Amino acid sequence: MADNVWILGIHMTKFGKYPDKDTVDLAAEAALGALNDGGVTMKQMGVLAAGNLMAASGGIGQQLQKQIGQTGIPVYNVANACATGATALRTAIMAVKAGECDMGLAVGVEKLAGVGLLGAGGRPKSDKKEWEPRGRYGAVATVDGRIGTETMPGVFAQVGMEYGHKYGGTTFELFARISEKNHAHSTLNPLAAYQKRFTVDEIMNDVMIAYPNTRPMCSANCDGAAAAVVVSDAKLKTLDPDQRRRAIKVSASILTTDPWQEACQILPDVNTLTRNAAEQAYAQAGVAPEDLDLVELHDCFATAELVHYDNLMLCAPGEAVPFFESGATWRDGATPVNVSGGLESKGHPIAATGIANIWEVCHHLRGEAGDRQIDGATVGLAHVIGLGSACGVHILEKAA
Amino acid sequence: MAVPLVEYLVLGDDPHLEANQCIDCGARFFDRRNACAACGGQSFEKAAVPTEGEVRAFTIVSMAAPGIPVPFVAAVVDCDGTSVRGNVINTEPDPDHVHLGMKVKLATYPIGTDDNGTEAIAFGFEPV
Repeated sequence: MADNVWILGIHMTKFGKYPDKDTVDLAAEAALGALNDGGVTMKQMGVLAAGNLMAASGGIGQQLQKQIGQTGIPVYNVANACATGATALRTAIMAVKAGECDMGLAVGVEKLAGVGLLGAGGRPKSDKKEWEPRGRYGAVATVDGRIGTETMPGVFAQVGMEYGHKYGGTTFELFARISEKNHAHSTLNPLAAYQKRFTVDEIMNDVMIAYPNTRPMCSANCDGAAAAVVVSDAKLKTLDPDQRRRAIKVSASILTTDPWQEACQILPDVNTLTRNAAEQAYAQAGVAPEDLDLVELHDCFATAELVHYDNLMLCAPGEAVPFFESGATWRDGATPVNVSGGLESKGHPIAATGIANIWEVCHHLRGEAGDRQIDGATVGLAHVIGLGSACGVHILEKAA
Repeated sequence: MAVPLVEYLVLGDDPHLEANQCIDCGARFFDRRNACAACGGQSFEKAAVPTEGEVRAFTIVSMAAPGIPVPFVAAVVDCDGTSVRGNVINTEPDPDHVHLGMKVKLATYPIGTDDNGTEAIAFGFEPV
């Protein structure tokens, strides 16, 4: 088995609205950008892993090959909810680790601008003319709205509220201030879909989606793509000094699903699998949470960011509220979180997210993050969670 | 003639929810089961869920799919150790009337009558 795997090249498109580009255009831009960044070509890739969640049956990997290089390599089209991008990256990493090839390409792309409320099903929900039990619950009519909610803002609102019930301190304003932080961070990120700073009052008085999540506290639906080239340790040693200098070590690559817990089929348990992934990642990397110079975590909603401080062990158990109150997660704090602006302002083109967050971390570790550079960053963590659930955690380190 | 909104709602004089409980490990589920997600067991028995509980998490949904009336309170209710998904009903859907830890009890209400004259009954949780 290969020793370490490295990120050789990585690229993300600006996130936003691309009415004139399709998913293949965006995936190609990201893929060619990553190859160019790594100083390699499609011909050197031994595997391609690609994700496009909203068109998961469309074979985005082969569609991409037909634009940028049909070299006959194996393609893995992956779909794993919001962890799709991290799953694609990990698939390429596993192929390299398994010794099947020495370089691989992972791509995630999504067109999500204007798609609206996720989890709402996209069509009007109406009852049938005759009550007839259907599905695993034998429901005779629509249950969404009658037995809880299936919308993402509502599900993740409850996740944050549940944390508050357990540990206290979770006010509407607290969650709004988490959102305030990420929007403030986004003003330094030219690739973010939105780069607008909001006051706490503006956030709290914006359109309510699912209390306590108002619109700016929800991830921004937008278009975008990200891609990464990974390379084996042995192959990296044969490359030019410049390529080696900019390579970023993948110190841990972990994917988990949710182990059964009481209530996990009532309200998705996004905590246990994240904590499990974090524990495995810290052990694999030989890194402790306090070593992290920056963290990009899955703030699909402001209510979610709070619980992941705890799940990723950035604070002591139950201490996420005082941890945030201390200012630790602002870009000038002890553990900067989501200096990219996070999903709330950078945007969340689903399958791209799990590679874009790694792009962000790599940029800081390379010292190439411009105005938002975290000075002297040498180790960072990227986390995504896909409801259902899947959790990806990667720990990345600067070349020694 | 009345039918429950979901099969795990038992109507009658004493309406309550009924879980599929794994005989091997006691894990409870509300859906039709192939096996137990906790232990892999394949034998289940019906278990009545307590009708009173405490709100462990909630949200007030203001934006939902077309056709779903808003606002409404979606919640997780801890019914003496068994978690249940349900709306908090018969109170104002705002943060002044709904709070974490509030005590609630199961309540049923009709959602309509189909072309055959059959009424469907749903459940929610109302303040105690």
